[in-house]
Parts: sequence; C-alpha cells; structure tokens
Amino acid sequence: MAQAKGQQHPISIYLAIWGLLFVLSAFSYMVDYFGFESYTRWFLILLFMILKAGLIVSFFMHMRWERLALRCAILFPPIAVLVLVGLMAIEANYTALTRLVFFTKAY
Amino acid sequence: MANDSMKGAEPAAATPAGWGGLADDWSADRKVFRNVPWGKAMMWIFLLSDTFIFSIFLTSYMTVRMSTTVPWPNPSEVFALTIGGTHLPLILIAIMTFILISSSGTMAMAVNFGYRGERGKTAALMLVTALFGLTFVGMQAFEWTKLISEGVRPWGNPMGAAQFGSTFFMITGFHGLHVSVGVIILTIVALKVLRGDYERSGNYAAVEITGLYWHFVDLVWVFIFALFYLW
Repeated sequence: MAQAKGQQHPISIYLAIWGLLFVLSAFSYMVDYFGFESYTRWFLILLFMILKAGLIVSFFMHMRWERLALRCAILFPPIAVLVLVGLMAIEANYTALTRLVFFTKAY
Repeated sequence: MANDSMKGAEPAAATPAGWGGLADDWSADRKVFRNVPWGKAMMWIFLLSDTFIFSIFLTSYMTVRMSTTVPWPNPSEVFALTIGGTHLPLILIAIMTFILISSSGTMAMAVNFGYRGERGKTAALMLVTALFGLTFVGMQAFEWTKLISEGVRPWGNPMGAAQFGSTFFMITGFHGLHVSVGVIILTIVALKVLRGDYERSGNYAAVEITGLYWHFVDLVWVFIFALFYLW
C-alpha cells in the first residue's frame, strides 16, 4: 500500500495557490486601507472574496478534481442561500423604512 | 476492506441490525460518490450543513445592519491598532487573515505528503497548522478582550448600532469555536499519523478529511472578513 492514492498533485500547485491567496488578501486589505467607498468598495470586496473562496474550494479542497456527482451535490445547494439573501434584503429595506417613518423624529 | 469499498460492490445479503445496520445502510451511498471514501463524503455533507449555518448568521447580520436606523460602527476604526506610533486600520484582522491562509497552505501540503506516505513531514505540517490555528484563536481572544474593555456588549456599544455587538460576538464566536475544534482534531490526527495508524491501514484519507474541515474554517473566514470587517 506504499504507492500514492487519493488526491495527488505537485506541491508547486499548492504553493502557487497559497501565493495567490496572499496577494488577493493583500488586495482586500488595500480596499480598506485606501478607503474606497460605496459601489467601488462593495464590488472589489465581493470580487476578491469570490476569487479567494473559489481558489480554496477548487484547489485546497480538491473540488476541481472530484467527480461531477460530488461537485453538484455540494456546490448546488448553497445557491438557495442567495434566495434567502434576496428575500431578507427586501424585508430589511421594509423594516428600515417603517422605522424611519414611525420611530425617528426626522419626519 | 478499503479496496472493496472503492469498487462499490453490493454488500453481503445479511446486514446487521441496530446501530451497525444503520451505519451499513448509510454507507451504501458509495454507489453515488464513486471512488470517494465514505468519511470524505460525510465530511462534505457536514460542511454543506455548516455552510448553511454560517450563511444564516451572515444573512441575519445583513438584515439587522440594513434595517437599523442608528449608524453602524465603522469596523475599519473599531479594529484599528496603533503599532509603533502609526495608526493602522483593521491591521489585527489582516494579520489574522494571513495566518489562517498560511495554515491552509501547510494543511494542503500535509494532505499531499500523507498520500505519499511521508509520515514525519505530514505530522509536522499538521502540527504547524494547529499552531497557526492556536495563534489565530489567541489573537481573537485579544480582539474580544479589547472590544469588551471598550464597552462593546451583545446588547449595545458606545460606537453606534447595538446590533453590531450581537452579530460580532455571535459570528466570530462561532467561527472561533470551529477553529478551536479544528486545532483539537488536527492534533489528534497528527499524533495518529506519527504513531503510524494510517501507515498500518494503508489509508491516509483521514488526513484529507481533516484538511477539508480546516480549509472550510479558512473559507468561512474569507466571507466573514469580506462581509463583516471590510463592508
């Protein structure tokens, strides 16, 4: 049983991904350091977040090399979360508006 | 045997009753996830459920942050530190991010050396990973202490919206718990590697499964860092 089995890839791949994650994290930090605001800020934050998450899942967690059955079973269900986020965003907007109208002295 | 399970062969007709039978029935899912060890499929399913837990936490954070009429405290300032006379925004969190990413790197290499059967390197890299994890938890404890001393509580804080404290302690606390559990699992599995348990069974999948959990902890931090600290 000495021969390699399971996930087996060159170490250089991991080092490259590690480096990329460092660079992307530095970029994320720069977004705050240079004080980008509003849509530019949100876009950059989400961009770097998705890139980092993608690299971790596909290379470090080996999803890239798994069979499609496993990939679909694990990666599709979280899409449902986006529906929840959408619903709660609408709800939160409504709550904020209601609070502004009824609970603040501004009006 | 590990090899038989890889082929997805039908189990023998006589299946045990009780808990043994329950485990047997569930492990039939190897027919779906071909060439995936049972433990790994189960870890992925656990991580999927954990994804939903953290998603719900982050979604509720979004909801309370969007709906409050009180200004949200500026995380860039709340988590700023003055080191050597220079005021650095969010520096502690940035260092914690780099530490966790480094721990993911060493973990990925540990999995690799595990499958090559290099016991010493695997165990050493896993212990380094655990040490990075401990450092992370230590810095988080420092961060909590600092915020608590500044008057941040789950029910209010001097900087702005009360929801800041409740979501902060809930989300980072739950993540910190995951890191702490990860450190314990890493140490146990590293010791088993050193003792030669997996060499005897010829199956280093346990290292990869531990790695999956650890990378997930790092993955969750990517989202917390982006959505809570940077937003």
